[in-house]
Formats: sequence, structure tokens, C-alpha cells
Amino acid sequence: MLLLGESGSGKSTLLSLICGIITARSGTVAVAGHDLGPLRAGQRDRFRAEQIGVIFQQFNLLPYASVADNIALPLRFAPSRRKRAGDIPATTTTLCRDLGLPEDAPHLKAGQLSVGQQQRVAVARALIGHPPLIVADEPTSALDAATQESFLKLMFNQARQSHASVLMVSHDARLATHFDRVIDLSDIVTTQRSAA
Amino acid sequence: MILRLAFGSLLARALTVGMTILAIALSVTLFMGVEKVRTGARASFADTISGTDLIVGARSGSVQLLLYSVFRIGNATNNVSWQSYQDIAARPEVDWIVPISLGDSHRQFRVMGTTPEFFDRYQYRGGRALDFASGHGLSDLYDAVIGADVAATLGYRVGDPIVVSHGIASFTQHEDQPFRVAGIIAKTGTPVDRTVIVGLNAIEAIHVDWQSGAMTRNTTPVEAIREMDLTPTAITAALVGTKSRLQIFGLQRWVNEYAEEPLLAVMPGVALQELWQIVGVAESALIAVSGMVVVTALLGMTAMIFASLNERRREMAIWRAMGASPVTILSMLVLEAMLMAAIGACLGIVLLYGGLALARPYIDAAFGLWLPIEPPTTQEALVLFGVVVAAAVASLLPALRAYRLSLADGMVVRI
Repeated sequence: MLLLGESGSGKSTLLSLICGIITARSGTVAVAGHDLGPLRAGQRDRFRAEQIGVIFQQFNLLPYASVADNIALPLRFAPSRRKRAGDIPATTTTLCRDLGLPEDAPHLKAGQLSVGQQQRVAVARALIGHPPLIVADEPTSALDAATQESFLKLMFNQARQSHASVLMVSHDARLATHFDRVIDLSDIVTTQRSAA
Repeated sequence: MILRLAFGSLLARALTVGMTILAIALSVTLFMGVEKVRTGARASFADTISGTDLIVGARSGSVQLLLYSVFRIGNATNNVSWQSYQDIAARPEVDWIVPISLGDSHRQFRVMGTTPEFFDRYQYRGGRALDFASGHGLSDLYDAVIGADVAATLGYRVGDPIVVSHGIASFTQHEDQPFRVAGIIAKTGTPVDRTVIVGLNAIEAIHVDWQSGAMTRNTTPVEAIREMDLTPTAITAALVGTKSRLQIFGLQRWVNEYAEEPLLAVMPGVALQELWQIVGVAESALIAVSGMVVVTALLGMTAMIFASLNERRREMAIWRAMGASPVTILSMLVLEAMLMAAIGACLGIVLLYGGLALARPYIDAAFGLWLPIEPPTTQEALVLFGVVVAAAVASLLPALRAYRLSLADGMVVRI
């Protein structure tokens, strides 16, 4: 699903709500069938680690850590996701290969990779341990048009294999063709305003 | 993994982190070094004289008696008559007694008249006897034995002539009766190093033609002096050894209550303790200053962590997105500070012992201060532990700020 919205339309706030970083003052937020409202802060952090893979616009990785450590990072906070990930080094290697990263990538420092490669490592990190939801905040905006295309294809392929839903936000309406569902945030906001 | 990532994060900021660690290391080196010198100085000080049970002199203060008889600082207020000396020597408790006669000097060094037994009885550093670097003890009337500092400063060698001056800082010389350097004592780190030792009878001999502090007209030839009875009429002080330690107090009381002359007997250990209490104020000041240096280094570290927070907000957002709670962020920063402090403290110890191993021979030769290289004592281990704990406490300030920032920022960084 693609969430379309101009900057300042509340995309990031919505993502923060979904990820349980902030709580809704009214209404409910439910992710993968769980209502986040009654959870305590610590539980929401745990829930995010277990259920959601996050990909940022850029600067996704800890530059001083190895690619392997970066990919395994969310598992540190999510015991059951770690169990689902199986043998972590093997899974890491498979993910890197499937995402078209170089053979020795897991051992490289994340800061040594190109921006495109870093974004793909971020995808691997979001996918490891098969979380049901992948949240991506404009993951392609730092990439050029050609790379954008192949990046999205890779991401969708892997998400499909992992049976994960991808929730992506962007201001770029041209990406809409790649998605099953597209929601324009301005529609919702307008609807609510008129209702009020 | 967290520990490995914390290391990685520190490595990535190698320059600032390195400088911070170096500051901590140097402050720890300074602190522990001062501690070492302090205990070393105290031990050296207490080791100035050992094996002597009592020091007897004219009645004054115990510190004053110790100062002039052992440290050759200041002057005796009065002498001890030869009669009293013999009375003490005759006491059944007395195992040995060595007279000391002070008052003359050679250049800037004090001259001490004593008996050859002094070389057997004077001990320092827990029972070490005096050693001759060259030459031998007193055999002739005009033999002199000099300390290591005297020999080094004045460039004397065995066989060189020495002329003793009358009094201290005086221009009157005992030119008519020159001495000959018979032996040089190896470095001891005690006041002996700065002393010219001659026979007790030699002190008497050079004063034959003197009356009440002034030289008389007539000059007695050396040959005649050698024939004279050179038993002194008075001495400055005496070192006494008892047959049994249990008798020390009895003898001390007897001397202090001696009716014929006001005398004072002190136990060197007790007097040294008293003297150290006076000198020791400086050591407390020193340790306080070096403690402040450690605090300053830790404050520097805190400032460094504060400064790094802004550029690391992105990193904290990543941690948050991956499911780390703000408490995890806080504890990572504290862990980081403790790592830096621990590495700094360990490096400080390495620096200290390395420096000690290099500088020890020099310090011993120059100051007579022997700094033992021992594995860190429990007290030093406590200091290291304290530095790490203090670092953790100090880092709480920036860590709490990071906690609040990461709560506010969440996954999005608003800069």
C-alpha cells in the first residue's frame, strides 16, 4: 500500500503512530490485529521490534557497525523474531545475496557501502525474522530513477516471499503503479475537515 | 552485541574519544603516581633510622631532637655531658650506645663525630646497614668518612684532604688539622648521604686550641695532640640500643628523670611519626589536587558526550526504530562512558608502571626515594573502580538528555 502525501501532511506522524513511538490522543491504532492503545511504552517498543521492519529515507544504518550487525540489530530487541530468523549468519548471507549485495557485504562496515546498497541493507534488516509489516518512509527518494525501479522490485519480491505487507509513504505519485492500494493523505484529511 | 556496537561507536570517533581517554589515563597516572610517591616518601622517611631504640639528647622537644640528631637540621640547645653519657652506658638495659657530636661543618655539609661502632649500629630501610662504596671506616685520628652526596657534590675521592670549618656557615677553618677521606658510604637516601663523619676524638682534637668558641694564639703540634687524652667533655646526642624491646620504656623513663642533667630520650619511630604529621599536611594537599585532576578529566568526558549528542540523534532514531527503548539509549551512553573510563584507567596504570620502571633508578639516585613496583593494592583497585563509577554517574547528565531527546524525536529527527 502506498500512502501519498505532501510534506507536512502528517505522513511521518502517522508512521510514528503505527510504530508505537507516539500514542493517539483519540481513536485507536491497531497493527496486525493488535490494538496499540492499551500497551505501555516498553511493550510498544517490543511490539515494534517484533512486528515491524522499518526503512528510512536514508541514513538507515549505524555506519560504524558491520552490515551483518546492522541487519541483526532489531533481533536484539525481539526474541521471538530472532527465533523466526533461524540461523542468523546464514539468513543474513541469503538476504544479502537475494538483494544483490556483494558477496563480502556482511563483513563490510555499513559506512563503506553506496547509498543504494545501504538502502538494500535496510530492506534486509526490515525483512529478517519475517515481521508481518514493513514500514518504509520514502525509501527511494535518495535514489535515482533507474535505481528506484529495481529497488522497489527487489523490495516487493522479498516482501512477497516473506508474506509481509509493505506500507510505504511518499510524495511521489508516479510510484503508485507499483502498489495494490494507494491512499492519498490529502483526501482523508479533507474528508475529516469537512466532517468536522 | 551491544558491547561490540558500543566499541564500534567509540572507534568511529577515535580522535575525540582517544583524547578523552588519554586525559583520563593521565589523570589516573598522576593520581596514582602521587599516591605512590606519598607512600614511598612516608616509607622512606620512616626508614631513615631503624635498629635504634632510643635517641638521647639534652632536654628539648622530641621532634627537635630527632631533627638535629638524625636529620642534621637545626642545632642542639644544649649538650650532654660525658658523665651523663657514661651513666647511661652503664645501665644494665643498654646493649650498645653510640655517641654523636655535631657542630662543625665542611662546606654545606654537617660534620658528625662518632665512634666506629656507628657504622655497625646505624641501620636504615628496615635493618639495612651502611655500605662502603669505596675505602674503609675510621682507623686514623684524622680519617673522615663521607656520604654519597658529599662525594658527588664536592667530587671527593678516597685520599682527598678535607678541612673542617668551625661551626656552621663559618669562615674559621680548622686548617691546622686537615682530614683525609678514608671511605665513601654508598647512597642510602638518608641524611647520612649529606654528612661528613669523623671520629669523636677527632672533634676533640681540632678544638684543642679553642676556648669558648674562639681560637687561641698557641698552636699545639699535631704530634702532641695525638699523644693527648681526647675524651670529650660533652657530646650532642647518643643512639642507644637496648637488650630487649621490653626495656625501652624503663630506660626512657630513667633517662627522662635523670637528676644530674635535664635529658630527653625519644623512640625514633614515635618521633618520626610526630614529625610526619607536620610534614604530612603537604601530602594531603597533593592528593587533593591530583584528585581534582581526575574530576576535571571526567568532566571533560561528560562535555564530550554532550557535544556528541546532536550529531548522534540520527543514530538514536535508528536504535529507536529497531525497538530500543529510551532506557536502552540511556544505558548505552552510560556504558560508553564506563568503557572510556575503564580503558583510560587501565591505560593510566600501564603508563604509571611503565614510567615507574623507567624513572625508578633515577628517582632513587636523585632523591633517595625508593618506589617499589608492586601489583596494584586493593586501595588502588578501589581508585580504579571509583573512576569507573564516577564516570557512570557523570555520564548520567548527557544520558538523561539523550533519553529526553529520543523520547521527543522518536524515529524522526527534527534538527
